[in-house]
Amino acid sequence: MALLEIKDLHASVADKPILKGINLTIKPGEVHAIMGPNGSGKSTLSNVLAGNEAYTKTAGQILFDGQDIDELAAHERACAGMFLAFQYPVEIAGISNMYFLKAAVNAVRKYQGIDQLDAMDFLDLVEEKKKIVKIRSDLLERAVNSGFSGGEKKRNEIFQMAMLEPKLGILDETDSGLDIDALRIVADGVNALRSPDRGFLVITHYQRLLDYIVPDHVHVLVNGQIVKSGGKELALELEDEGYASWVAE
Amino acid sequence: MKIEDEKSFDTLTDKEYKYGFVTDIESDSLPPGLNEDIVRAISKRKNEPEWLMEFRLKAYRHWLTLEEPKWAKVEFPPVDYQALSYYSAPKQKADMPQSLDDVDPELLATYEKLGIPLGEQEVLAGVANVAVDAVFDSVSVATTFKKNLEELGIIFGSFSDAVKDHPELVKKYLGTVVPYKDNYYATLNSAVFSDGSFCYIPKGVKCPLELSTYFRINAANTGQFERTLLVADEGAQVSYLEGCTAPQRDENQLHAAVVELIAHKDAKIKYSTVQNWYPGDKDGKGGIYNFVTKRGHCRGDNSKISWTQVETGSAITWKYPSCILKGDNSVGEFYSVAVTNNMQQADTGTKMVHIGKNTKSTIISKGISAGKAQNTYRGLVRVQETAENARNFSQCDSMLIGDRCGAHTFPYIDVNNPTAQVEHEATTTKIGEDQIFYCNQRGLDTEEAVTMIVNGFCKEVFRELPMEFAVEAQKLLGISLEGSVG
Repeated sequence: MALLEIKDLHASVADKPILKGINLTIKPGEVHAIMGPNGSGKSTLSNVLAGNEAYTKTAGQILFDGQDIDELAAHERACAGMFLAFQYPVEIAGISNMYFLKAAVNAVRKYQGIDQLDAMDFLDLVEEKKKIVKIRSDLLERAVNSGFSGGEKKRNEIFQMAMLEPKLGILDETDSGLDIDALRIVADGVNALRSPDRGFLVITHYQRLLDYIVPDHVHVLVNGQIVKSGGKELALELEDEGYASWVAE
Repeated sequence: MKIEDEKSFDTLTDKEYKYGFVTDIESDSLPPGLNEDIVRAISKRKNEPEWLMEFRLKAYRHWLTLEEPKWAKVEFPPVDYQALSYYSAPKQKADMPQSLDDVDPELLATYEKLGIPLGEQEVLAGVANVAVDAVFDSVSVATTFKKNLEELGIIFGSFSDAVKDHPELVKKYLGTVVPYKDNYYATLNSAVFSDGSFCYIPKGVKCPLELSTYFRINAANTGQFERTLLVADEGAQVSYLEGCTAPQRDENQLHAAVVELIAHKDAKIKYSTVQNWYPGDKDGKGGIYNFVTKRGHCRGDNSKISWTQVETGSAITWKYPSCILKGDNSVGEFYSVAVTNNMQQADTGTKMVHIGKNTKSTIISKGISAGKAQNTYRGLVRVQETAENARNFSQCDSMLIGDRCGAHTFPYIDVNNPTAQVEHEATTTKIGEDQIFYCNQRGLDTEEAVTMIVNGFCKEVFRELPMEFAVEAQKLLGISLEGSVG
């Protein structure tokens, strides 16, 4: 069964149509990349999938793990195993990263009918997952994303993904604002999380992220529609030719 | 944390105002109305000495010349002071209870429901390391741990007992911080106060327990006017907690308390309040009018008074716990979280009056408004001519949830000495949709998200609370804000 099945998806923001008929299927274990120029609808797609109420789905169907996600509120989608690594992670003052994550992990476990983690088990899990993105302990004690550099915020997103062990990881322009070293660390983290029963949707403007996270499928999103799909070589083509020819049409 | 504790904390998270029950108990009440005879009758019932009755009568006569203050940013229909009953006491078989065995079991059950264990055996078993004085309607019903405290020379118990057993102390301090002419509600309280708590910590004694008073209004159409007087003698230290609940009733109930704190040389007083009076229903029907005067006097050099308050209840809160910094090097602190939801109104803040040299004050105020509520910070920082090198730091943050509520800040700064340093910072934020979505995307539902974000916003204040209270306060916050989003 497909992990994610998007059928003829239309969506708008503030009554402005952005997505105009997206079709996409992701099977467990697959990494799909969506590339496209600014304004093509990349972030809209990730927000609609995650259930951000500022975005309105106007037509079509999204099945996540076989379930129509119209029936699920944003937090239920997260609990069901959908994770969005944000392009701009928000700060939450006064709440430590650890406290936040413990609440999140236990909310997900509760939804899935798994026992809650106590403080000791949680710390063990943190120690195990910390290695994946080489995140410093002091970042975990600080308030959520407060005073983090751009790279630290992105690394924290991947760390959270590692902690929450989702079925589908959506990376919304995770490479934006990262230098090459940070990019490599983040990509290594994602690669470490790749597994036969986990899928990824990697949204990016630039090809360079895909040098590190090698996709199985690449889709080109222009003006709210997928105009071309192919293998990983399509990304290289785009790098050479740019989006200009697509946008012109 | 012990299992018993967790249980009592869990009960705090119940969905509705869970303290809204009424205890069916026989009470001895005076007829409604207020005149000199009523004032005399209250005094008589309590077998008070002549000087105290005179104090009351002076206050009553002065009250007749006053008008309700109108400057606060709150609105409510006029209170009919003649329709209230000014005295209600649970009826007792004989006189006052001598030990917990003499307390009406119904009453003890009430406090149990509130999560306040009064049975000393429970307290001794380590459920809480807190000595409790419980005030039910107008009178103090039981004080735990009295004996243990007496050995240290600490006097802690009902105000009435103190008048009987230590009249010289009460006479010496009563009205010296909040004079009977202070303001409309304090004056009314001075005339009709029925009971409350009294505490005296002798020289050099550091009180080993958290002292706690638990206030409960039960009877209908009754005003509660309790009086707390707390004295820390030279070098003494004490941490005092105060909790409040009331039944759910359709009419508004008046609560006009007075709290006076006195810190002598080198003394430290920490006074924490979690106020959860019934706030009224969604449409603003019912709820407590919480019109309270609280003031501390740093009388001696190097003394310190610290107020921490978490105000989640009451239909209207009108309250400004203040510090008079008279002693040189004395320190005043005010940490406040005020949450208003639905139709609640709060006008709260503090006054820091710097008189002594090198006096310091800190004000941290966090106001949260949701629903159609109005939340006002009102604070005064005054530096007198004599206060060389006075310092003040104030931070007033407001958070808005939704777009129908209001947050207001009225800082008054009055500096009369050029060496003073006064800082004021203020922010207003709206709880962000993006923050909520971020939490949602990590698996937290919207209510959990709001509670978490608001708790983070209030962290600087919560960390000032004693541990048990901090947990209670965080849970209360969640309950108060229920249904405020979406």
